[in-house]
Amino acid sequence: MSDNLNKNEKELLIHVDDLSKHFDNLHALNGVSIDIYKGDVIFVVGPSGSGKSTFLRCLNRLEEPTGGKILFEGIDITDKKTDINKHRQKMGMVFQQFNLFPHMTVLKNLTLGPMKLQGKSKAEAEEEAMKLLERVGLADRAKAYPNQLSGGQKQRIAIVRALCMKPDVMLFDEPTSALDPEMVGEVLEVMRELAKENMTMVVVTHEIAFAKEIANRVIFMADGEIEEEGDAAEFFDNPKSERLKAFLAKVL
Amino acid sequence: MTFIDQFKQNFIEENRWKYILNGLGVTLRVTLFAVLIGIAIGFIVAIIRSTYEKTGKLKILNLLANIYLTVIRGTPVVVQLLIIYFVIFSSVRVDKIFVAIIAFGINSGAYVAEIIRSGIMSIDPGQMEAGRSLGFNYIQTMCYIIIPQAFKNVLPALGNEFIVLLKETSVAGYIALEDLTKGADIIRSQTYSPFVPLLSVAAIYLGIVMLLTFLLKKLERRLRSSER
Repeated sequence: MSDNLNKNEKELLIHVDDLSKHFDNLHALNGVSIDIYKGDVIFVVGPSGSGKSTFLRCLNRLEEPTGGKILFEGIDITDKKTDINKHRQKMGMVFQQFNLFPHMTVLKNLTLGPMKLQGKSKAEAEEEAMKLLERVGLADRAKAYPNQLSGGQKQRIAIVRALCMKPDVMLFDEPTSALDPEMVGEVLEVMRELAKENMTMVVVTHEIAFAKEIANRVIFMADGEIEEEGDAAEFFDNPKSERLKAFLAKVL
Repeated sequence: MTFIDQFKQNFIEENRWKYILNGLGVTLRVTLFAVLIGIAIGFIVAIIRSTYEKTGKLKILNLLANIYLTVIRGTPVVVQLLIIYFVIFSSVRVDKIFVAIIAFGINSGAYVAEIIRSGIMSIDPGQMEAGRSLGFNYIQTMCYIIIPQAFKNVLPALGNEFIVLLKETSVAGYIALEDLTKGADIIRSQTYSPFVPLLSVAAIYLGIVMLLTFLLKKLERRLRSSER
């Protein structure tokens, strides 16, 4: 349990050094540096257009960074010679729009990666998938197609799909933004469980109250830079920068 | 002359029905293999073109694919057939069926490519991102995730293309290949009675097309099961 570890014993998982992303004239990301440790639950907040989604998508190179370095488990994954596909298996990602594969049943959605990429047998992959499905309360929907599910169910399945790869970190890109309000809770509940189990998580979100509840660190981004970063309690109760104060005043 | 007499004259006498039966065999063989070649070319060209459009890679292959599409779609299939038979294979003796398969296959490939490309481009980019984020490479994501969905979406258009192709093979007579249409025309030229052979052949084409339409509808319905 991370509670038993003090900060010095924490294991560095992702080291981001001076990361930047420039689209033509737009500087979406301007020299972001941060260390992410195992067990961290990091929430990234900020106004829209602040670069928080770009930052998250650069972490697994869905967005190709134009500068800087990312060391994931000690390996420079921004190096063109690194096989990014191998490392992406260890970085689960959950999208705002779920992005389940509509032509496959839920169970096939979950087992495709483990079977094709990790060489697991069908039986083994399905057993693991069913276990995880049970934990999110969706075992009875294993044979359903994504279009037969509600938004909240889709997102829980999407989380399970990422978990089936046994990732070392989970990246959440506004996981509740496309959901009807009454479905937000069930997705947050799954994330809460994950955090309890010490999954390393990086979450881009507008759910400030939720960040307050489960994050151990919070990052405030503005104009493609980290404007302020701190422990969750400190961050919300005692914000330092004016922009964060103004932001919190608007969203809280 | 009664219809029965005409029928006898055109089909029974001198075993003329054999022109129809053999012609039907030729038409079906040419169509079947041309469809297979068309699908193969279509997929390759579609993947090259959509990969270029999405990622900017495969520049030279994309240029070649564009030239192929422009030339094939810009010239009549009869002219292509004649060029392949009389120019490209002028000095070699080849089976006319083979020439027809190649010509119609290459021709169909251009149309199939555009149909499949439109299918690939219609798939939400989030699907590619989801596949890549799991650790699949570009080709794997294409094969497991994008193409199956694209294929399903364009199945009606593809079916239509194959129906067009079946009927288009009726110009194979230009290189004196005795397909279904040519067979009927030979009978007509022997009996001087155009009515029965030509309408019979029209009915046969119609029957095959209706059967194909029926089968495609069935396949479509099966593939759509995920959208219930």
